Amino acid sequence: MRRPENLRPAAAPFLGFARLLRDHAFPIAPEQTISFMQAVTLLGPRSMNDIREAALATLAPSPDHRGEFEAHFRAYFYGDAKPSIEGEEDDETRVKDDRGTREEENQTTREEKGGDLSSTLEQLSSRDFQRDADGLDQFRRKLASALPARRSFRTTRTRSRGTLDLRRSLSEIVSADGDIPVPLLRRRQTVPRKLLLLIDISGSMKLHTADYLKLAHAAVQGAERAEVFTFGTRLTRITSALRIRDREQALARAATLVDDWDGGTRMGPTLLAFLSVPRFSAFARGASVVILSDALERGGHAELETAMRRLSARAFRLSLATPLAGDRRFRPATAALRAILPVLDDLVDGSSVGSLTDFILSLARPAPAADSIWKRVS
Amino acid sequence: MTSADAAKVAESPEAIAARLAASRYLADDSLATAIFLAIRLGKPLLLEGAPGVGKTEAAKAVAELLGRELVRLQCYEGIDTGHALYEWNYQRQLLAIRHAGEHEIDIYDDRFLIARPLLQVLRAPERRVLLVDEIDRSDHEFEALLLEFLSDFQISIPERGTIRAATQPIVILTSNRTRELAEALRRRCVYHWIGYPDAQREAEIIMLRAGDVAEATARAVAIAVQQIRARPLAKPPGIAEAVEWANAATILEKGGSPWPEAFRRAIGVLIKDEEDLSAIAPELGRIVAEALS
Repeated sequence: MRRPENLRPAAAPFLGFARLLRDHAFPIAPEQTISFMQAVTLLGPRSMNDIREAALATLAPSPDHRGEFEAHFRAYFYGDAKPSIEGEEDDETRVKDDRGTREEENQTTREEKGGDLSSTLEQLSSRDFQRDADGLDQFRRKLASALPARRSFRTTRTRSRGTLDLRRSLSEIVSADGDIPVPLLRRRQTVPRKLLLLIDISGSMKLHTADYLKLAHAAVQGAERAEVFTFGTRLTRITSALRIRDREQALARAATLVDDWDGGTRMGPTLLAFLSVPRFSAFARGASVVILSDALERGGHAELETAMRRLSARAFRLSLATPLAGDRRFRPATAALRAILPVLDDLVDGSSVGSLTDFILSLARPAPAADSIWKRVS
Repeated sequence: MTSADAAKVAESPEAIAARLAASRYLADDSLATAIFLAIRLGKPLLLEGAPGVGKTEAAKAVAELLGRELVRLQCYEGIDTGHALYEWNYQRQLLAIRHAGEHEIDIYDDRFLIARPLLQVLRAPERRVLLVDEIDRSDHEFEALLLEFLSDFQISIPERGTIRAATQPIVILTSNRTRELAEALRRRCVYHWIGYPDAQREAEIIMLRAGDVAEATARAVAIAVQQIRARPLAKPPGIAEAVEWANAATILEKGGSPWPEAFRRAIGVLIKDEEDLSAIAPELGRIVAEALS
């Protein structure tokens, strides 16, 4: 990039604007600044709007941050009052991506009254995790090979059972001077399916969240493609925190990311919020989705039902692990559970890490639908 | 058409917009500016937007405006070099070896090379425009491959060496934003987010695109579709669906259905999700009536 003193004075504001955006965490590369100035020159600029269009096209703010970008633009070039960027905080389910970006949803949520265990009151608190490991290391090692698999479009070399690998065979033939040696084969690869863990961290799940997060850490470490979200009154993606190898560090980082520890549950609305972010719902497609929650949704469960139906339509296998099922007398008797039971593939015991790891390791094996199992029991 | 000609065509954003309109594509100022900048700066154009807002159509219109052929590469998970860059025609190679007998033969000759979209464009950048469609569907490996292609516009074939583009080809990428693209890719491109148009523009688009739809119908459809998009649907209708709806309703009306009824009966071409249909059904009558008035 050219040094500022070689630039004409008129160009300085554009450089300054790029710098301002960078200060506000917009990722802007030097080459983008150069294109921005080239674009402004190309366009004339005949009006302020030309500069704005040039900035939009070359500095490429992501659509989620478009409003913030416009505010900075006005503030910088028109000298408006400093932008107040903090989004309006009404009744929306907030989605927090751990990359620091936040997406405002148009999913409105109803305030629901009542419920002692699962209240909709947000109780924001932080918590740290320090407890030692159990059989999780073993789980981590086994996981990659135990997840359900699908056939990939990519191929791999093989010695038996495959189609002819013409490219390699041909070069063999050429190097063997026209002789045809043993034909070389290739076959479509199998790759493990994605694993999506959705962890309920509301007050009613208090006893289990620490264990669940340890499990999630082991899953992210072990599986090739795993994503972990927590939900209570909000939805938070904690996958990248859990990518840190050291468990204590990873969990401490995750603990700071999440704001709604031990608060209320808004399971339906948060799951709908999850589905309405295209990036997230695309991850659920063809994945094994495991929800760790007691599914104690107070008030109406219509939203929960819709969300679960949409999830199950996307997922390869949709499972709900509830700690309540640890009790022998447990029956899916609540209205919410009865409503979602038909779309669930599994409804299993989530009361201990042991039972959960066993279940996740068995995901690749077919099992009868949750509906039929629980009908037999009751 | 050489790049100098391309620069002549793209003398200002307004000229681009006018020429796009001539190819039956209505672009707003912002899109016309982005296309203008992409052509003049020689950078790829990255178009993002919800499904059905006309990203692919925009690419087709740009190709038409430049008088070039559009080469389309549809992305999917697991797409690899054999589908995107080149492939050898092994059967022909084998036959040629047999046929040649004792003579020497170059089996890596052009005859045996099957050019896939990226290579096709590289070979004749003056005659072709490359469209990389729905790049968000491909995986990260392919994105990395594309990154290399887009920065140097060259492909290396181990048996042949490196093939370089004589001039910089024009490349358009589209994404539905089902996943975040790599920052490096966004950075290299001129970026434009295509949103849904406002009611008036949408009415104009419907008039332009649909067969023979009365202006009043187009306007009513545009207003109703705006209303429907404001509802929390699983799949909000795109512009293509709106055009279809206007067409379908017109056909039904000619077949003898009165107006509000024709709209209601043709709803299946607009909303293609059972849940959304049942969610919108109770309000549909009111929405259509308001739009028609």
